[in-house]
Amino acid sequence: MLRLSKINKYYAVGSHRLHVLRDVDLEVEGGEMVAIMGASGSGKSTLLNILGILDRYDAGEYWLGDTLIRDLGEGQAARYRNQFIGFVFQSFNLLPFKTAVENVALPLYYQGVPRRQRNRTALQYLDKVGLADWADHRPAEMSGGQKQRVAIARALITKPRIVLADEPTGALDSKTSEEVMELFAEINRTGMTVILVTHEADVAAKAQRTIRLRDGKVEPELVARAS
Amino acid sequence: MIDVDSFHEIATSLTRHKLRTALTALGVFFGLTIFMLMVSFGGSLRSGINKKMAGFATNAVFLWGQRTSEPYAGLPANRPVVFDNDDIEPLRKLAGVEYVAPRNQLGGFRAGNVVKHGSKVGAFQVAGDYPDFQFISMPLIRAGRYINDADIADRRKVAVIGESVASELFGGADPIGQALEVNGIHFVVVGVFGTRATGQQGDQQVRTIHVPFTTFQQAFHTGNRVSWFALTGKRGVDAKDLEQRVYALLRERHKVAPTDDAAIRGFNAGAQFAKTEKMFGAIDIVLGVFGLLSLLAGAIGVSNIMLISVRERTKEIGVRKALGARPTAVVGMVIAEAIMLTLVAGFIALAVGAFAIAKAADRIATMGPDFPLGPPEVSFSFSVMATAILIAVGALAGLIPAVRAAAISPVEALRDE
Repeated sequence: MLRLSKINKYYAVGSHRLHVLRDVDLEVEGGEMVAIMGASGSGKSTLLNILGILDRYDAGEYWLGDTLIRDLGEGQAARYRNQFIGFVFQSFNLLPFKTAVENVALPLYYQGVPRRQRNRTALQYLDKVGLADWADHRPAEMSGGQKQRVAIARALITKPRIVLADEPTGALDSKTSEEVMELFAEINRTGMTVILVTHEADVAAKAQRTIRLRDGKVEPELVARAS
Repeated sequence: MIDVDSFHEIATSLTRHKLRTALTALGVFFGLTIFMLMVSFGGSLRSGINKKMAGFATNAVFLWGQRTSEPYAGLPANRPVVFDNDDIEPLRKLAGVEYVAPRNQLGGFRAGNVVKHGSKVGAFQVAGDYPDFQFISMPLIRAGRYINDADIADRRKVAVIGESVASELFGGADPIGQALEVNGIHFVVVGVFGTRATGQQGDQQVRTIHVPFTTFQQAFHTGNRVSWFALTGKRGVDAKDLEQRVYALLRERHKVAPTDDAAIRGFNAGAQFAKTEKMFGAIDIVLGVFGLLSLLAGAIGVSNIMLISVRERTKEIGVRKALGARPTAVVGMVIAEAIMLTLVAGFIALAVGAFAIAKAADRIATMGPDFPLGPPEVSFSFSVMATAILIAVGALAGLIPAVRAAAISPVEALRDE
């Protein structure tokens, strides 16, 4: 489903270059649920941004399905993000002035799906995460767990190739975290490929394997231990 | 991509900061109101001058003969130049001429003549005219008709009288078919006219009795003399050039030296009109530029507030981009907001401005004919143009903020603190 080979990424900091990702190789099969762990500064956010086509890389190859993701223009990158990737963020990133159903429908808006049709689809996805009754509520009226469920519905609505979740339980209490992780597991059971970035071991434990990053490198022995 | 929730989104984001949006809209409102008032003031000035010239074709040339100032072709100086019926045809055939109206006036230019109807007597101007004169003086026919070709051919003793003549000689009665007497000759009234001209000129016009030119010559024994000519050029013919060719023709016919400026005199309303038109054109440009500048000030306010709004919504824009908003969609969203803000403020300004201008017009209409301003007005085409300008101004105001919004990096925007 997803293959990175010899990905390198540099950031210019003042006069010298910071080597953030060093020859990262990574392969994720379709239907896998993978956790990426690492200390802050290990490069895991950068890796996630590259996987999410939010950032470019300087060398290597990134294949998402049969599509080579490299040197894309802004418009093309946006189109691929919309079609291939579902995002779930730590702070939910729902638009506060929109209702739950409108938030879920937003990716379809950028596909040019007519309003009535996308709201109908959005309601189905809200139902899948158990929030059909909350369709007309705004994020401010919802709990953290509910907001994250709305965000997950939004990530799924375009039937993406992968779901990328960045610390999806970082803003939630432990009970709610567990519910949200259960939802991810459920989604994964339907065949969806899920990649989680987390620093919480019990969250990572829900994944089938864990990839550890240190100083911009994938730690080989831990890859071996996984699955 | 413009559908119900495009508008919904624009409306929600504009109403999120109501006071701020309202103040920004106020800037556009004042800008367009000032622009409107400026333009309509220009129109008001113009119509103020035009009403003094109203009632006459704006491209008319008037010519009369005087005395020669230099000997020519064996003829002495100080010889009177008298136009006659034989001048009519050549003038009609001159290229670019549309209407030719030879005229005679009883007792001379603007003289009063005793005119009687039964026991009533008044002093009015009496003129011999061709039907063409109605296209130069443009009387407003109130009843009956103007002089026609049959009147000319048959030398009918008919008269077309001004409103003041009608009221003074006939009181409230219908003058059509009634007789009036000038110098012992009886004429039957066939028409009554009013005028668009105001002030002294207007008064003069409606105190005139027009009779057929041929009847006039016969009845008042003026032979084949023509006291003066009024003529107009065809559309698009240069008034100054036409005047020169008319002079040349008449000089040649009456053996006047080509250099003799005193023998044939004239007044070129067209040239006069063109001169004032030019001046008003310049005034319009100045007023329009000032008006547009004030609108521009409003637009800068919109641009400013949109910049702030884009900065505040960095995160939102980042989310939208992550979810697949292309840069063009982001640009479109910001520009649509700017246009919407400008348009709403502008439409309110159009309504308020139109109301104020209508009030001013009512007021000026009561000011009498010698008030220097005419009633101002807002034309439909101005409203259409203003709407187009508003859209352009809004788009322009939104452009820089929109480009800035499109440049927002989702990576930066979505970084959790």
